[in-house]
Amino acid sequence: MAELTAGPARRRPLVVRYPSVLIFLTCLGLFTLGATILSEGFGIGVISTSFVKTLGKTLCLCLVALGMDLVWGYCGILSLGHMAFFGLGGYAIGMWLMYERTRLIVVDSLAAGGLPATPEEISSGIAAQIFGVVGASEFPPVWAVAHSLPLQLAAVVLAPGLLALVFGWLAFRSRVTGVYLSILTQAMTLALSLYLFQNDSGLRGNNGLSGLQNLPGLENTSQAIVSIWFLWGSALALGLGYVLAAWMVSGKFGSVLRGIRDDEARVRFLGYPVEAFKLFVFTVSAVLAGIAGAIYYPQAGIINPAELAPIASIYLAVWVAIGGRGRLYGAVIGAAFVSLLSSWFTGGQAPDLNILEYRIQWVDWWTVLLGLSFVAVTLFAPKGIGGLFDLLAARRNPNRHGQDLGPDHGSLREKEADA
Amino acid sequence: MSQLLEVSGVSVSFDGFKALNNLSFSIGKAELRAVIGPNGAGKTTFMDVVTGKTRPDEGSVLWGEPPVSLLGKSESKIATAGVGRKFQRPTVFEDQSVQDNLIMALKKARSPLSVLLFKPEASDFARVDELADVIGLGPVLSMKSGELSHGQKQWLEIGMLLAQEPKLLLVDEPAAGMTLAERKKTTQILRDAAKSRAVVVVEHDMDFVRRLDCRVTVLHEGSVLAEGYIDHVTQNQQVIEVYLGR
Ligand SMILES: Nc1ncnc2c1ncn2[C@@H]1O[C@H](COP(=O)(O)OP(=O)(O)O)[C@@H](O)[C@H]1O
Ligand SMILES: [Mg+2]
Repeated sequence: MAELTAGPARRRPLVVRYPSVLIFLTCLGLFTLGATILSEGFGIGVISTSFVKTLGKTLCLCLVALGMDLVWGYCGILSLGHMAFFGLGGYAIGMWLMYERTRLIVVDSLAAGGLPATPEEISSGIAAQIFGVVGASEFPPVWAVAHSLPLQLAAVVLAPGLLALVFGWLAFRSRVTGVYLSILTQAMTLALSLYLFQNDSGLRGNNGLSGLQNLPGLENTSQAIVSIWFLWGSALALGLGYVLAAWMVSGKFGSVLRGIRDDEARVRFLGYPVEAFKLFVFTVSAVLAGIAGAIYYPQAGIINPAELAPIASIYLAVWVAIGGRGRLYGAVIGAAFVSLLSSWFTGGQAPDLNILEYRIQWVDWWTVLLGLSFVAVTLFAPKGIGGLFDLLAARRNPNRHGQDLGPDHGSLREKEADA
Repeated sequence: MSQLLEVSGVSVSFDGFKALNNLSFSIGKAELRAVIGPNGAGKTTFMDVVTGKTRPDEGSVLWGEPPVSLLGKSESKIATAGVGRKFQRPTVFEDQSVQDNLIMALKKARSPLSVLLFKPEASDFARVDELADVIGLGPVLSMKSGELSHGQKQWLEIGMLLAQEPKLLLVDEPAAGMTLAERKKTTQILRDAAKSRAVVVVEHDMDFVRRLDCRVTVLHEGSVLAEGYIDHVTQNQQVIEVYLGR
């Protein structure tokens, strides 16, 4: 008789509980291998180095999207400020890259003068080089540890992590939810961006940090090679991030997160400290975003405060929505698909469209198309692109006569869920 | 007998309307109590106050031995102190399986880190199976709870309540939407639970209350109108007027 009763799920390995992990890692591995083989640096040179960089950057965007899905898709917190964490990670690594490369140049040029340079001369030489554009010649306090790679790497994690911790503590503790929380997160990223725009922020104002693609000490290594290293690094980070996220959402922790998304009051009455859970997942996802930013910006070569503008975080939410929130692969697919398509359209590669007298140039019209697709997905295919996999798996929607799965703002809608 | 919960002089007003008016109520460690009263009498608000959802304007809520005040504590602290609650409208996590709902409710450490590192053991699954048997949901353990019938959701919520192993169960209209057979079974579960803990049941159905065979507290306009065994309170003239006579 035992085999007749539909056996309830017992504790099984992660790959069984969350089968998309194995499929995802395989696809990611094959993708990376394929790109490497086609690249100029290590392969047959079919795809350009700049395209390899685009692919690497895309993988980083997928990693932030993963973090966004953790907070929004699983925990119902619609953060519209996540790119602030991404930018902070980029600034943190960018400071070391810029410092160290400038130091090497300054040391070289002083050595050419004959006499060995004193540390003071070197330091002021670097400062003059870096801060000349904003009319300063001394290191601001934020650059205190810029000479140390390990410390700046720590900052990649700590800066976004601490910001998320403090912001989250303040916001969640006063039980700000829904639209108000989204607006607060927008305000956070806007404030940070405006602050960085100022010359005396110490991070070169609107000039931002540049030349980040040049790795110090590797001047003789071509970008074709470096770009592949970064592609691998991005793929590794995304792979690890995916496993971490899958591990988090597949067990009881995931149950509690989804409970908070659909009905946080009920979770409280079960005795779970809802605020602590939100803070935890918000901080973890901010750290993921920071790491993603730290791998992204050396490939982009430049970071400036505009990268932290509120619109960037809104795009992130759009990617996750189009990919399908509440499923990790959905977030990744959405980010990859939309950001690649976006760089195709805005890169001027898409052919113009002539409608009657009017000429549609995609560089301008892409945002309109994206907006319309977002509306269409929200209305007609709430599961997003990831929902296509449900067709394969023959999963169906619950029939709830139009009711959501919980009373909270972030809760899954009938059409987003599966029975 | 020392009391587990002692509510005294509690008043709650919403925009000037007194939902609770100088309410006093107490219950012992292993006691079953029914709370009845017409709609709007303040029964649900009473539970809201005890579970920390609503802060009273005045009065005190004391808990345990030695007594500590529950006022000002968060909902989750009160829940982990041993107060379990079943809502009037069945509230289960509809996007999750019956098993996941029960596992979430099991009495375990509740902090984010310990939940993240939690690995259910054979004993936990056994406990879930046992509870599922009690509430008759054994065959649908892996089904999403959103697909259960109204009555089954009520059962699941009762199961989650038992899984929490609270010292005090607050049960708001558990029998709504149940058949007579189901009601009888619910009565049995609640009576069993009350052997080792305090159980407060809010219910409209007089037959159901009669089957519980326990002391009854009658609420009216936010305060206690009468208290005693069912036959005693049903003969109370005031109770007949405000409640039974209608
Ligand atoms: N959050 C609230 N805001 C305003 N009025 C409320 C609120 N909660 C309850 N009330 C009012 O308090 C009274 C008592 O409600 P309730 O405790 O739900 O009654 P019962 O559960 O006994 O039917 C009702 O008149 C109700 O309208
Ligand atoms: Mg009520």
